[in-house]
Amino acid sequence: MKLEAKKVSFRYDRKRPWVLENLELSVNEGERLALLAPSGYGKTTLAMLLAGYLRPQEGEILLDGKPLPQKGVCPVQLIYQHPEKAINPRWRLRKVLEEAGAFSEETLSSFGIEPDWLSRFPRELSGGELQRFCVARALLSGPKFLICDEISAMLDTVTQAQLWRRILEEGERQPLGMIVITHNLFLAKQVCTRGYDLEKGESIEL
Amino acid sequence: MEEKKRPLLEIRDLSVSFSMYSHGLEQRDLQVISDLHLKVFPGEIVAVAGSSGSGKSLLASAILGILPENAQVQGEMYYEGEKLDHDRQERLRGTEIALVPQSVAYLDPLMKVGRQADGHRKPRPIAKRKNLFRRLGLPDRTERLYPFQLSGGMARRVLVSTALITDAKLIIADEPTPGMSLKEALAALRMFREMADTGKAVILITHDIDLAFEFADRIAVFYAGTTVETAPASDFKAGPDALRHPYSKALWSALPQNGFHLIEGVQPYAGNLPKGCLFAPRCPYCTEKCKETLPPVREVRGGEVRCWREA
Repeated sequence: MKLEAKKVSFRYDRKRPWVLENLELSVNEGERLALLAPSGYGKTTLAMLLAGYLRPQEGEILLDGKPLPQKGVCPVQLIYQHPEKAINPRWRLRKVLEEAGAFSEETLSSFGIEPDWLSRFPRELSGGELQRFCVARALLSGPKFLICDEISAMLDTVTQAQLWRRILEEGERQPLGMIVITHNLFLAKQVCTRGYDLEKGESIEL
Repeated sequence: MEEKKRPLLEIRDLSVSFSMYSHGLEQRDLQVISDLHLKVFPGEIVAVAGSSGSGKSLLASAILGILPENAQVQGEMYYEGEKLDHDRQERLRGTEIALVPQSVAYLDPLMKVGRQADGHRKPRPIAKRKNLFRRLGLPDRTERLYPFQLSGGMARRVLVSTALITDAKLIIADEPTPGMSLKEALAALRMFREMADTGKAVILITHDIDLAFEFADRIAVFYAGTTVETAPASDFKAGPDALRHPYSKALWSALPQNGFHLIEGVQPYAGNLPKGCLFAPRCPYCTEKCKETLPPVREVRGGEVRCWREA
């Protein structure tokens, strides 16, 4: 399995400058690519393009040589930077998880989710607690690629280490490719296999 | 720090609980902050670090008096030596006490961010705001953009500017740096440092503890709704041996650059707190005494800690 961006260019409006131009990027299954750049360089835009939330004006996004499927659960799952904006505020959290498929008690505890939280509304949980639901939701759907957009910046260091270990374990259990957006170079070194600098447009050693 | 100075903000025995419906009309109280003490002196940055969901943001809301209606607050808060009651909170917030909110959703989605940062001040502080935006590394065109057109890191910097533009004596910054690159985060923190150096004070709620070590004077570590340790930032820089509480040590060792070590388990849930020390179920040094009785706050090597082991 391979996820590729081929000569991708994107801008939000014809009157605005290109956010991404002629971008070439590919990630294989089992690889974990760290995407690094200052804020405002199009990291989140690229994440949304790769997961099919946006379409490039030029170029294409290919999964195993084919465009992303338009029906069913997308095999490229995106976990957002702001969990409070990624969860329906009027759904109890049980329903949020059920959307991704069946889950067991063990799954819950392995993601650090308390059974009690399932009956609560999103505003009754902290950002870090909500993010665990977003990670569980993405992994429960059995994705081929996972795109993590600053997913642990709102977590304490212990919870961050726990969450990443869980994701890496999942990556060993099922073939999973990952793109990890982070500003923390130390974190990138811990969890990624290689890096890409979006500002300069070149691969970097981690 | 001169000990004789009067704290700008002092919090004593603060407890916050929420009443929630459990079954039908039956209500129960959920204690989310318990017996919390915190002092903030003029001229210092106090970083508040700790577990997600340990009540850090609620503390900010409690100081400003903007908790939801089903919250009960107990304990005392003093601002400049005088009691901080509801009327005073209403008068001071936004002028003397400013907040950098945690969520970028706090920005008005229908208003261009330049106008938003200016606020209701008359005349509009345009020059000051332009200068702040520039120092935070926001390009000039940013002021004409709506929040949805900003990247995560840019939105954070706009939020930071909304607090720095006030003449507040106390800024409560609730996780101001996620989404910012290291360079941008350093620029923002440097501005907080400059503010503090002019005699103001900053409460910096953050998970980027490695940055907090560099900029803060003291660090308060939260766990399950209370402070487990308050220590000079230099102790955190020195490493786990200088720290007092096992949870502070765990936070330090879990940093990616310090080995990414983790401890098992989760923070006890507010409705189900252990009887003794709140950290006991996860603590490698737990004894029978720890399980039975909550350790009081005591002074150890120039810091404060809640742990029987450091007796």
